[in-house]
Amino acid sequence: MTVGLQTFETLRDASAVVGRDPSARFLGGGTLLVRALNEEAADFSTLLRCTDRVLVEIRASGSRVRIGAGVTMARILASRELAFLHPAARAVGGPAVRAQATVGGNLFAPPPYGDLAAALLALDARVSVQSGYSPRDMPLDEFLRTRDTMVRSIVSGVEVARPRGERSFRFLKVSKVRPKGVSLLTIAARLEDSAGRLSGVRVAYANMGPAPVRAAAVERALEGRRLEPLVVEAAAAAAANGCSPPTDAIASAWYRREVLPVHLSRLLLGVA
Amino acid sequence: MSHVTLDFRLNGTGRTELIAGGETLLSLLRHRLDTTSIKQGCRQGTCGSCTVIVDGEPRLACITLAATCDGCTIETAESLPGPGGLHPLQQAFMDHFAAQCGFCTTGMLMAAKALLAANPSPTREDVVDAISGNICRCTGYQPIIEAVLAAAGAGPSGAGQPGGSRPGVV
Repeated sequence: MTVGLQTFETLRDASAVVGRDPSARFLGGGTLLVRALNEEAADFSTLLRCTDRVLVEIRASGSRVRIGAGVTMARILASRELAFLHPAARAVGGPAVRAQATVGGNLFAPPPYGDLAAALLALDARVSVQSGYSPRDMPLDEFLRTRDTMVRSIVSGVEVARPRGERSFRFLKVSKVRPKGVSLLTIAARLEDSAGRLSGVRVAYANMGPAPVRAAAVERALEGRRLEPLVVEAAAAAAANGCSPPTDAIASAWYRREVLPVHLSRLLLGVA
Repeated sequence: MSHVTLDFRLNGTGRTELIAGGETLLSLLRHRLDTTSIKQGCRQGTCGSCTVIVDGEPRLACITLAATCDGCTIETAESLPGPGGLHPLQQAFMDHFAAQCGFCTTGMLMAAKALLAANPSPTREDVVDAISGNICRCTGYQPIIEAVLAAAGAGPSGAGQPGGSRPGVV
C-alpha cells in the first residue's frame, strides 16, 4: 500500500488536516503505525507529522509536570523531573523502541501495550487534545474510554502531579520473559499517605481490558484506610471487578483474573 | 505517490536520496543502498535484527520511516571495522563465540555500540537491558553479554570508536 507523508510546522495545521481527512493518521514514534504498514494492516493512506516544539517539551511548574506527546520513553528516562515515571518508561521495549515510542502513542497502544498509559492513569493525568483548531483538556480516564474516536484529533501532551513521596507511586509490569517480555498485566498505584491513612488512592491496570482502566473497587477498598494486611486482602478480593482481560498468546483471560490479586497484593505490600 | 528528498550521513558519507513518504529506513538502506548488515527480521520492531544508530541512539530501521531521518547521522555495522581491523566489539564477539547463525549479530553489535558510547563501563545488568530488544535464538545470550563486557573492559576503543569504511566487512 502506498502511503504519503505530510509534515506540518504547527499543531493547529496538522490537526485541521487529521480532522477532515478520514484516511489520515498522526504519526508519533511509528512503533504502531509503521508496524501496521509493514503488516499491510493500515487503515490509513496518509501519515502526518508535526515539528511543533510543544510536542517535545517537558515543563515542570510547582508540583505539576507537562509532558509533550512527542516525548519519547528515552527522554523520560533522561529527565530527573520525571524520575517517578522511570519504572514505567523502562518497562516499554528495549532501548531502540524506547528511543522511538512516544507518550502520545502509548495512549493509543492496544493490549498488550500501554504500560505508561496505566502509570499516567494512576497519576490522574490530564490530556491536552487538539481537535481542528480547538484545544481542550480532559481527564485521561475519559480519554481512554473514548480513544477510538480520538484518532481524528491530535494529543499534544499530558499533565500530571508529581507523587509526594518515593513510595507513594508504585508500578509493576508482570511478564513471563526476563528482563523484557510482553506484559501479562501491568499495575500502577498512587498511594499517598495522609495522617497514616491512604488518601486520593488511584489504581490502574493495563492489559486487563481493551484499554488501560482504573480499578475503582480496589480504590474504594483502600481509600481512607491504613495499608495493612487485612485491607490489602479486601483490595485483592476486589481486584478483578469490572475487568475484561484479553485472551492472547501470552495468557488467557481466566489466568489474568487468577493472578491479578496476587500481583496487586505484592505491589501494595511492597514485596513485588 | 509523493516523494521527498532525504539528506543524511550514512557511515560517514553524505547521501541524498529520493524516497517515498511511507518508505522505511530498512527498505532504503538494505534494499536500495545495499547496506546488507541490516537484517530484515520481524518487521514489527520486536526482534532487533535491523538495529542501527541514528544520531547516537539505537533505532529499529523496520519501524522507522526514512523521511523522519532527514539531516540525521546513521551508523550501521558496515562502519565498525577500522583501518586496523575489526572493531573491539567485533573482536570480542569472535573471542567469546557470541555469534552462531549470525542473523542477530549486526543488530546486537549496534545495540552494544550505542550502549558503550553512552556508558563506557556498563554493569552486566546494563548490558542485559541494552540488548533486551534484540532476539538471539542460538547463543542463549550469555556469550553476547560476556563479549560486550569484555569490549567495555578493553578501554575507550570499545566505547563507540568510529571505525573507517570497509563496506561489506561486518
